[in-house]
Amino acid sequence: MYSASDLKKGLKIEIEGQPYTVTEFEFCKPGKGTALYRCRLKNMITGATMDRTFRPVDKIDVPNVEEREIHYSYQDGDYYVFSDADTYEELRLDKDHLGDKIYFLIENSVCSVVMFNGEPIDVTLPTFIEKVIVDTEPGARGDTATNVLKPAKLDNGYEIQVPLFINQGDTVKIDTRTGAYAERVAKA
Amino acid sequence: MPNVSPKPELIARLEELKPRLTLRAGLIAALRRFYADHGFLETETPVLIPAPAPEEYIEAPAAVGGFLRSSPELEMKCLLAAGYDRIFQLGPCFRRDEYGRRHRPEFTMLEWYQSGADYLVLAEFTRAMLIFAARQVLGRTTLSWRGRTIELDTPWQYLSVRDAYRDYAGVAVETALAADSFDELMVTKIEPQLGWGRPTLLLDYPACRSSLARLKASDPTVAERWELYLGGLEIANAFSELTAAGEQRERFRQARENRRRDGGQDYPEASDFLTMLDYGLPESSGCALGVDRLAMVWAAVDDIGEITYPR
Repeated sequence: MYSASDLKKGLKIEIEGQPYTVTEFEFCKPGKGTALYRCRLKNMITGATMDRTFRPVDKIDVPNVEEREIHYSYQDGDYYVFSDADTYEELRLDKDHLGDKIYFLIENSVCSVVMFNGEPIDVTLPTFIEKVIVDTEPGARGDTATNVLKPAKLDNGYEIQVPLFINQGDTVKIDTRTGAYAERVAKA
Repeated sequence: MPNVSPKPELIARLEELKPRLTLRAGLIAALRRFYADHGFLETETPVLIPAPAPEEYIEAPAAVGGFLRSSPELEMKCLLAAGYDRIFQLGPCFRRDEYGRRHRPEFTMLEWYQSGADYLVLAEFTRAMLIFAARQVLGRTTLSWRGRTIELDTPWQYLSVRDAYRDYAGVAVETALAADSFDELMVTKIEPQLGWGRPTLLLDYPACRSSLARLKASDPTVAERWELYLGGLEIANAFSELTAAGEQRERFRQARENRRRDGGQDYPEASDFLTMLDYGLPESSGCALGVDRLAMVWAAVDDIGEITYPR
């Protein structure tokens, strides 16, 4: 159990069976009154946030959360198969776990997974990956503006927005947290 | 002598703090001068004390040979009883486990007492003192803090605790007390609204929140106590002192019982203080002001770490 005085930004706690991260924290105390620990909490599964105020006497559950390094191996039907970096144990995740991240999986890339009570609840990919553009309108030569965008397709069908100077066959860097174009790595 | 090692982080931080710590020193010098001009004697009472005043929510850290004081209140009242009729003290006080943007476990307290004055006399004195300190240090009486202004040289707002709960929290103060949400509403709904445009004195606290304050003769459900707010920040706490020994003993007994119930540390009985009350404490008032917080407002920063030596 945690005490309220253990609370700080970034701490992971459990409330009513759900894991939360403390995203904002403030210690408050009227001079003659009781101490109050005001927190904004983010549900680690749903992403929903809520405010909760704790008192010095409150005891808070410690969630059974662990973060493990995993490597992406291959796709098997609806499943995406990873292996634990230490134990080589297989971990099979589906689109419910990964969402749009399925489009940014690169074989053998180093990822991490957060497990809550033995169940995977969040997967983090390498922040940047490189992908080839397989289809886009021809680039406007000499137009180096990065604020005007056009759609472009990756080999797996995922569509991103890229600047006008990007051509079919170019390799681009993508931010896996947002799915946004970051920069051009190589020209076709 | 040339520097042989890279600049340590602490030294870089202290260099960065220098303008603000200089302003802070100027503020403290101005406050000292104001007391001297008004016939107050600067006093020093022990920092290491045998028995802190038992209060429900204030923890004095235990130390070898006693406790680090959470306030100099009991000792300064003994000086009052001995005829030191206008006294002040500036020095460190300690409160265990208080750490945040506006709290440190060690902080600087300015505390003063005046015989024959009630809490409203102290309010006027405090107003004159802050106007003086602003003119001396800043050359103006309009403070600019968190993007808004606070004019000191104007009649201050006097807001009763009762009205504050009704207007800002939408509940009767009795309801808040019964629901054990008095402090939570204070922190979340009320305090952020106080002391903008001009300082606010939140006054007449419920009797159960009276601490060492005298109850109001015209309405004994409240105590003659005020708290000063500048821009949502609690700056000072004052009251007309309770001089009745029997009542004070009973409040201490109750507070110690509550502390034991809540798993707090029991303190030895503050026997010098209680014996003094039997002998006789003159009618008087006192105020405790957080110097770090006042300096925060003077320096226009909203983090106590910006105005103190790193701790």
